[in-house]
Amino acid sequence: MALSGVEIFKHLPKTNCKECGHPTCLAFAMKLAAKQANLDSCPYVSKEGKEFLSSASAPPIRPICIGHGDGSVKLGEETVLFRHEKKFVNPCALALSIDDSLPDTEILKRIDGVKTSEIERVGQKLRVEMISVGHTSSDPSRFSAVVKLIRENAPKIPLILNSKDPAAIESALPHCKGARPVIYAATKDNTEAMVKLAKENSAILGVYAEGLDALSSLTEKIKGMGLDDLVIDPGASTPRRMIEDYTMIRRSAIKKGFKPLGYPIITFTSSKDVFAESMKASIGIAKYASIIVLDSIERWKMLPLITLRQNIYTDPQVPMQVAQKIYKIGDANEKSPLLLTTNFSLTYFIVQGEVENSKVPCWLAIMDVEGLSVLTAWAAGKFTAPKIASFILESGIGDKVARKELIIPGYVSILSGALEEKLNSDWKVVVGPREANALPAFLKNRAA
Amino acid sequence: MPFVVPKENYTGRIYTVEIGTGEKAVKVGGANTLPYLGFEGEIPNPPAIAIEIQDIPAKDWPETLKKPFDGVTDDPAAWARFCEKELGVGIIALRLISTHPDYGDRKPEEAAKTVEAVLGAVSVPLIILGSEHVEKDTQVLKVVSEAAKGRNCIIGKAQEENYKTIAASAMANNHKIIAMSQLDVNLAKQMNILLMQMGFDKERILTDPMSSALGYGLEYTYSVMERIRLAAIVQNDPAMQPPLVSDIGRNVWKAKETIASESDIPEWGSVEERGITFEAVTAISMIMAGSDLLIMRHPKAIEIVKKTINELMER
Ligand code: SF4
Repeated sequence: MALSGVEIFKHLPKTNCKECGHPTCLAFAMKLAAKQANLDSCPYVSKEGKEFLSSASAPPIRPICIGHGDGSVKLGEETVLFRHEKKFVNPCALALSIDDSLPDTEILKRIDGVKTSEIERVGQKLRVEMISVGHTSSDPSRFSAVVKLIRENAPKIPLILNSKDPAAIESALPHCKGARPVIYAATKDNTEAMVKLAKENSAILGVYAEGLDALSSLTEKIKGMGLDDLVIDPGASTPRRMIEDYTMIRRSAIKKGFKPLGYPIITFTSSKDVFAESMKASIGIAKYASIIVLDSIERWKMLPLITLRQNIYTDPQVPMQVAQKIYKIGDANEKSPLLLTTNFSLTYFIVQGEVENSKVPCWLAIMDVEGLSVLTAWAAGKFTAPKIASFILESGIGDKVARKELIIPGYVSILSGALEEKLNSDWKVVVGPREANALPAFLKNRAA
Repeated sequence: MPFVVPKENYTGRIYTVEIGTGEKAVKVGGANTLPYLGFEGEIPNPPAIAIEIQDIPAKDWPETLKKPFDGVTDDPAAWARFCEKELGVGIIALRLISTHPDYGDRKPEEAAKTVEAVLGAVSVPLIILGSEHVEKDTQVLKVVSEAAKGRNCIIGKAQEENYKTIAASAMANNHKIIAMSQLDVNLAKQMNILLMQMGFDKERILTDPMSSALGYGLEYTYSVMERIRLAAIVQNDPAMQPPLVSDIGRNVWKAKETIASESDIPEWGSVEERGITFEAVTAISMIMAGSDLLIMRHPKAIEIVKKTINELMER
């Protein structure tokens, strides 16, 4: 919660000694509120005042970094509840659960699944980032051996050590030196031992308690013991409780400045049914989870989940655009038709999809109109005959096609006369359909 | 510092819209809280799912999607009956795609015959969708509206360019209407207001803010819907309180992600499960953003989403 200048002023010495370089304490407080000054410039602020002000200016959800080096993941730091207000900051991490009761061959297979999980979508490389090591064997030495096996085979992948038994965690931690794993979890029954292990090994501590009352008391207690790098789990196991609990957590942290819940959320979506797990994971992605631990990561399942994460974490302020150029769809050659539309990414995706569906290879001329759709761009004067003509002529596409024919969107049929005039005399303008869904029929007819 | 439930007080409520007749009638909307925040309001009706059928055989649908309807898509009435009886679906959405000038240009009267046949075959509520060709829809939806009189259907979609005739005939024949606009909070509101200004009861409108598939602009639809729902519930704006419709099936099953075979793109895995999950994930995201009624295509995707809806309705 950001404090106002007046609220900050209340905690300053009010002596106006000017040592901070500002004429009065109030002036300094205003600068602090605007984040144009640093509290350290005042040598006289009391210890209590300093503590209050620095905790009030800390991000409402604590930034947490798990792992080390280029495989590490950053979580937390979120500032809003709805993505249209401001970009969601750190995309949630996806983790695969690997249980220590599995045979080594199966474990190696699953490690490999994580290492090869990368999918490329609209220029971004996306993957499953973490592994959670489960402990159902109830043998600490087996747990330790499995953690060692995973560390040897996937040294860059951050780990969640999933056991409530401090002895198991202690036996596994030597394999995670400097690797900042998550210990999952501290509960009311093992708090002291887990906090000690997390502190000694600079690990992140997962905190589990059923319900938000119990969870906030427990995180407060742990913070009192000097540990603040936490991820939290209120034990929400149904879709309804996930939405309610996670919303309450995010709201308490952001709108009420309630520190005991100002940590990233970890969730386990394990379900009997593989499809049900995709549903719970989707809810976690949309509704504020920061780590989602999955039972399985089949490729067909990860493509939709990774796509959803990408969509939810896209910056809402920037209109999605694609680059201005002539795109080649299919095996387009000199006989292929040339279509024109704008660079609003949604327009592009839809038109490109329909052209692909038609199976007619085409040239798709995408014009930069600052990411507006056809009608909006035309209304805004960015999609006019002279501008289109110069784009087409400068693109050099005229040399690649035998028939100099430009198919324009049906919504701007009004431009066809003027456009034909602006293009050189050897060009012809054809009015295409208004809606992209009519493109396959249109293209097939022309090809016939 | 003890934890205090961060409850907010809302004044708005979504209108409850009932469709269909008799025992099989379905109510949508009615919530007075943001999606599934049951600790601060009520959610009387679960989001409803309609299955989409069309008035021509599903020849150009992807394989994954054709399979569950094998042998029934030649006849819309048989197809609809199959959906109600065999699949147990609670609402049918009939798209009159063949009335589009590019897909057969069938006459309004032919479309009315199809609608009558489908209505004769099922007792669940029917959503009647045109081809979204602005001019043709005015002619078609007027005639089919009359043909469906007395069945309390949803007629769609009315757009800014053609809403007058469509709304007038929906009104005259006692149907509900879908008001469609293009991905913009203000346009969605404007469309509802235009209908209200011509005397269309605001509690008989459903808003379609334009759906998109996962990966193809979903984030725009998602945020537009969240903003509409905030305006309805938090700001109590009566022009934003109609239930929200998500017409996702046709967008999802056009995406490469649901069509490309595993041999074409091995890193995407099995095409069948992938397509189904793609539709189900799109649906659940729309539900998170406030959708009250979804129009979907794959029976398995519908089944998966319904299970999750049941869990969402349990406290
Ligand atoms: S240094 Fe501190 S006490 Fe002195 S004027 Fe600045 S804020 Fe006030």
